[in-house]
Amino acid sequence: MNDFLFGIYPYIAVTVFLIGSMFRYDREQYSWKASSSQLLSNKGMRVGSNFFHVGIILLFFGHLVGLLTPESVYHVFMTAGQKQAMAMIAGGVFGTLCFIGMVILIHRRLTNPRVRATTKFSDIFILLLLFVQLVLGLLTLPASYQHMDGSSMIALANWAQHIVTFRSGAADFIIHEPLIFKLHIFLGLTMFLVFPFTRLVHVWSAPAKYLFRKGYQVVRKRG
Amino acid sequence: MSQFLDRLTYLTKKKPETFSNGHGITTDEDRGWERAYRNRWSHDKIVRSTHGVNCTGSCSWKIYVKRGLVTWETQQTNYPRTRDDLPNHEPRGCPRGASYSWYLYSATRLKYPMIRGRLMRLWREAKAKNSDPVVAWKSIMENKDDCTSYKSIRGLGGFVRADWDEVNELITAANVHTIKDHGPDRVIGFSPIPAMSMVSYAAGSRYLSLIGGVCLSFYDWYCDLPPASPQIWGEQTDVPESADWYNSSYIIAWGSNIPQTRTPDAHFFTEVKYKGTKTVAVTPDYSEVAKLTDEWLPARQGTDAALAMAMGHVILSEFHRDNVSNYFDDYTRTYTDMPFLVRLDEHKSGLVASRTLRACDVTELASQKLADWKSVLIDEKTGNLVVPNGTVGSRWEEKSEGESGNWNLETKDNTNGSEIWPVKSLLDNYDEVVDVSFPYFANKQHDQEIFQHTDHDDIIKHKIPVKKVHTKDGEIFVATVFDLMMANYGVDRGLGDENCAQDYSDDKPYTPGWQEQITGVDQSTVVRIAREFADTADKTRGRSMVIIGAAMNHWYHMDMNYRGIINMLMMCGCVGKSGGGWAHYVGQEKLRPQTGWLPLAFGLDWHRPPRHMNGTSFFYNHADQWRYEKLEVNEILSPLADKKEWDGYSLIDCNTRSERMGWLPSAPQLQENPLELTKQAESAGKSSVEYVVDQLKSKDLEFSCMDPDNPDNFPRNMFIWRSNILGSSGKGHEYMLKHLLGTQNAVMSQDLGEKGGPLPKEVKWHEKGYEGKLDLVVTLDFRMSTTCLYSDIVLPTATWYEKNDLNTSDMHPFIHPLSKAVDPAWESRSDWAIFRGFAEKFSEVCIGHLGKEKDIVTLPMQHDTPGEISQPFGVEEWYKGDCDPVPGKTMPALIEVERNYPDTYKKFTSIGPLLEKLGNGGKGIAWNTDTEVENLRSINRQVRDEGVSKGQPRIQSSIDATEVVLALAPETNGHVAVKAWEALGKFTGRDHTHLAKPKAEEKIRFRDIQAQPRKIISSPTWSGLEDEHVSYNAGYTNVHELIPWRTLTGRQQFYQDHKWMRDFGEELCVYKPPINTRTIAPIKGTKSNGNKEVALNFITPHQKWGIHSTYSENLMMLTLSRGGPIVWISEIDAKKMEVVDNDWIELYNVNGTIAARAVVSQRVPEGMSMMYHAQEKIINTPAAETSGFRGGIHNSVTRAVVKPTHMIGGYVQQSYGFNYYGTVGSNRDEFVLVRKMEKIEWKNEPVTKLERGAS
Repeated sequence: MNDFLFGIYPYIAVTVFLIGSMFRYDREQYSWKASSSQLLSNKGMRVGSNFFHVGIILLFFGHLVGLLTPESVYHVFMTAGQKQAMAMIAGGVFGTLCFIGMVILIHRRLTNPRVRATTKFSDIFILLLLFVQLVLGLLTLPASYQHMDGSSMIALANWAQHIVTFRSGAADFIIHEPLIFKLHIFLGLTMFLVFPFTRLVHVWSAPAKYLFRKGYQVVRKRG
Repeated sequence: MSQFLDRLTYLTKKKPETFSNGHGITTDEDRGWERAYRNRWSHDKIVRSTHGVNCTGSCSWKIYVKRGLVTWETQQTNYPRTRDDLPNHEPRGCPRGASYSWYLYSATRLKYPMIRGRLMRLWREAKAKNSDPVVAWKSIMENKDDCTSYKSIRGLGGFVRADWDEVNELITAANVHTIKDHGPDRVIGFSPIPAMSMVSYAAGSRYLSLIGGVCLSFYDWYCDLPPASPQIWGEQTDVPESADWYNSSYIIAWGSNIPQTRTPDAHFFTEVKYKGTKTVAVTPDYSEVAKLTDEWLPARQGTDAALAMAMGHVILSEFHRDNVSNYFDDYTRTYTDMPFLVRLDEHKSGLVASRTLRACDVTELASQKLADWKSVLIDEKTGNLVVPNGTVGSRWEEKSEGESGNWNLETKDNTNGSEIWPVKSLLDNYDEVVDVSFPYFANKQHDQEIFQHTDHDDIIKHKIPVKKVHTKDGEIFVATVFDLMMANYGVDRGLGDENCAQDYSDDKPYTPGWQEQITGVDQSTVVRIAREFADTADKTRGRSMVIIGAAMNHWYHMDMNYRGIINMLMMCGCVGKSGGGWAHYVGQEKLRPQTGWLPLAFGLDWHRPPRHMNGTSFFYNHADQWRYEKLEVNEILSPLADKKEWDGYSLIDCNTRSERMGWLPSAPQLQENPLELTKQAESAGKSSVEYVVDQLKSKDLEFSCMDPDNPDNFPRNMFIWRSNILGSSGKGHEYMLKHLLGTQNAVMSQDLGEKGGPLPKEVKWHEKGYEGKLDLVVTLDFRMSTTCLYSDIVLPTATWYEKNDLNTSDMHPFIHPLSKAVDPAWESRSDWAIFRGFAEKFSEVCIGHLGKEKDIVTLPMQHDTPGEISQPFGVEEWYKGDCDPVPGKTMPALIEVERNYPDTYKKFTSIGPLLEKLGNGGKGIAWNTDTEVENLRSINRQVRDEGVSKGQPRIQSSIDATEVVLALAPETNGHVAVKAWEALGKFTGRDHTHLAKPKAEEKIRFRDIQAQPRKIISSPTWSGLEDEHVSYNAGYTNVHELIPWRTLTGRQQFYQDHKWMRDFGEELCVYKPPINTRTIAPIKGTKSNGNKEVALNFITPHQKWGIHSTYSENLMMLTLSRGGPIVWISEIDAKKMEVVDNDWIELYNVNGTIAARAVVSQRVPEGMSMMYHAQEKIINTPAAETSGFRGGIHNSVTRAVVKPTHMIGGYVQQSYGFNYYGTVGSNRDEFVLVRKMEKIEWKNEPVTKLERGAS
């Protein structure tokens, strides 16, 4: 079971995530969007949306860098214990920011009649999923506080690095980790799994290109 | 390629080229995304159709169909070009029409046949007991509680879905039972304006006519029929096409809100301004047309006649007295009755103007044929009394074989053809000057102060130059119509007449100064506008025009408003002239191919005559509106009338007398079943006609109208199609709910019995008016309208994009198709298919109950037939023993018609033999039409089945039906047009065929008009021409082809000499103030909710946000408007009642009540409230506080009040014609109490307790 959930399921989730996104991008261009409801109601968006987005983006990159940076690399700057402390502080701060944002957004999504009327099941589902994941993430803080030596963190990083480098035995690294971490990982993988079927796909397409495009007038050549 | 893979080529992509110093770049991005926008506008086909509304647009639309669904519509722009000197018609079509496709797939669309649940249960139980459907229906009808159980919940929901077979069986069983037990004239149909969709109309009317049912008229009931038109011209309504506005040099838009209600035509109105034409608006409110014109005269509502009379005063003074216009003088002598002589009779007040002098009065002329019907004038050349060509006597006098008639407007003596020149005035050559009494009506105080009165006497004496004439009654005085008119208008002629004005500002009727106190319009403006109007007409030979809407026609004394204006046009020689005349637009009354359509619509190919009834009298009578009448005859009588003759008569009595004398039609007709009467006649050994006359004479048999609350006289089955009579046009809405339907209503009025009389003299009074006269109400519609809600059975019909049909308008000369772009959605069927289905089922169900039956039809004296010259002098009632009952002369004609009921379906679906046997025709002329019927045998193919229709041309599909109309009508078949003009030439003695010969070979077929709308061919059915040289203008052929008008004198009539016209003081045009309807005094203060109340005049104009008058519940229209019922009020009145914009207000009087939101606007003058027409109860309507019931519609606070002068018959132009002459449903003299509402209740919960009455 442990092998399946943390050795095989990650590949299933990531495969669905990648291929699903590709298919959707190819077939359903009109659904490739953030489905913003800001036009319908602006109330609570300034605080809620910004807190949420700032929080979650930094959490995402924090996880990415934290999990995938090999031990040998960051040891140049700091110890595992220091890294854990930094991760806990950053995660705690941005997690709280994100939490405040999400509470506002969930309240808005469920109670604002105009927003509610245009809400699909998947919108509520993904919002609640993110929220549960966030809460789980925040709940790992007390567990981490038990061992400030960074050992758990190293085990989790090893798991992640083994997974992305296709090495066997990844699941064994976390077999003894506390349940709260496992739940957090499982839900995290599930988010990858459902990603292509929700509005999360907008994450792929940040319109960064416009910032660098030259020329006001974009035309085609004849012929 | 793949969107994803394309992204991966980012690095291999060529750098974009730049230009304009780097401000522009090129791209070669994939263009696939553009397809989405192309698909948005892609479609599988475009079909030409139009909207079957009464809006006069008749605009050609492209209907787009995609994957079998109608997606949207846009304006068609390929009309035939107009003419080289005129702008084109297009684009036609307004934003309201463009919203129509919403209905097809909306929630309001009717998808399945629906039936009232309680009735369905009763029917199934009855059918389980009796397999014969007719017996089953009878068993329900015999149980009063059963009947009440479903009648009393009409309008309160409770529909269940049904299937076609079952409802067809129920409906036809009800018809058969009604015909068998009560008579075919108890099966009634109401459908308006055939020109909107001729085949749909004809479907129902053909079914009804074949089974002997009754079609109700609508044009008069809608109050769109201006009785002034038949009175003056003998024409229903004939008007210029909108393109002719462009030929005008001076236009007054008088109560017609052109940009709002005639949107597709309004461009001609603005275009002509660029030619320098001046435009003037006369409207009480600051309407859209007031903004568009050069000047605005804000005349108080309902007082237009006063303004028109004052303008007439100026025109007569300046152009007929001081500087006589030669053009006006010639025109009025030739084309109007101004030169005709009027007898002056002794009266206790002195002399009064009586009827016109006739040939029979004058010894030397009395030997002429039909001398009773030939009016006389004086010839200037000889000084003799002569009868000119063209009087109605010339029209109908018998001619020997080969002799051609002289019914024309050549200025000749009708006996010997010698040239004459009519004397218009006796001023230069009189025998004496005498005092003649004229009636004056504007001196009575109205109970609402917005309507002002003056203090002149009831009877005004004027000095008139007269001649003495020796008659069989001795020596009498006669005066010309012109001299009487000049005096009536108060124009001084140097005869020392103290009641004539010396100055325009004198307070004497009818000067500009006098009118200012009544209309509120500045007198100097009136003088200036009148002068400009006449001066333009003089210089341009008649190019001054008045565009009128129906607004002014909705007042009780509409004739005066209209005659006042038409008088101006006739004085100025504008009628029948390009760019001039009376441009009256109310709806699509112009059924261009009328004579081709009549046989199809009324089954004239199988039986003649059909049964017709005038709608207003029907609803006044059978909806028991007369039981609440508050206007007494003596209030509106002329001060010169003999009051004793009218003593005790009420308005319903007048209508009854009229029916008995054969003036107006009757339906139901007689107190017994006509099928039984013929049987009784047979057993009595008499002919049916003889038997009925004897029965009537002995008073063993009475007319149905004499006892409307007796179950023997009830109308029992009613079909409503193409109409929303209970949501839109039903004046006295609440009375209809109470008495015809027997359901919840808000009538708060006491009837005459409760009030203590006076009760009618000729109509039987029952203590209690019957509630729920109709046994079965069947409505065909494509949407759940208010009428549908009140019906027992609702049938889903095809929309205007789902059927094939024909459509014409008076606004342009084209004939349009409605085309089936898609099949009727869900289980809907076209009207043609629905009624054909009834005919089929009826033929089965009737077997064993109805076979070959003899029916007897009562027919009033019809206009444009020899019957119109039945009663030349006075009023004689056979019922009172004044004369003998002679069918067709002193009473309605009685005509026996044989119907073989099981043949109904065969007859419905084929052309009968009468067209070949009797020919076709209309408006008093007839022609042989064998060629066309033969032609239809090949176009539509022949019936092969055995039976009565074998070998006859088929009419199976609706396209077959259109081909019948198009083939038979002169307007769409050049050969027929030539024949029709030839036929007219026999009467006039002139050759008119040159008008149609160039188009003799033209035949317009249905597929032709689908390709492009086609211009119609000129025909004698109409008084204008549609050719390459002139725009269509009414009266054009009268003036240019010298065809007489269809009146007593053959000329346009300023003077109306029928006894009843004189008794009501309308022989000449006068100003009559609005009547007092007495609907607020009895209720004032009894229903207070604590808020301040104001009494306001209640006006119901046509709206901006609705497709014409009816379709306002369309989502787009609701979004653009306020999304529910609204009433416009002035800022001043709003302040008085402490109402702000958008507050809920209630409007009520004894007739009923309305809840709506207030629109507080500077547009509205003080004292007026305006509720746009037909905002139905179906959208956002709360309960009204006074009744506690939902809402009310605009007609909830009205009640029809009929006018005796409209009941006149058997008298040339004042003879009955279906939708042509008769009582009209006026409604604008009404007042309501208005106040802010306290509590808004929506009453959305199911009905638990039935409450039927309000008070």
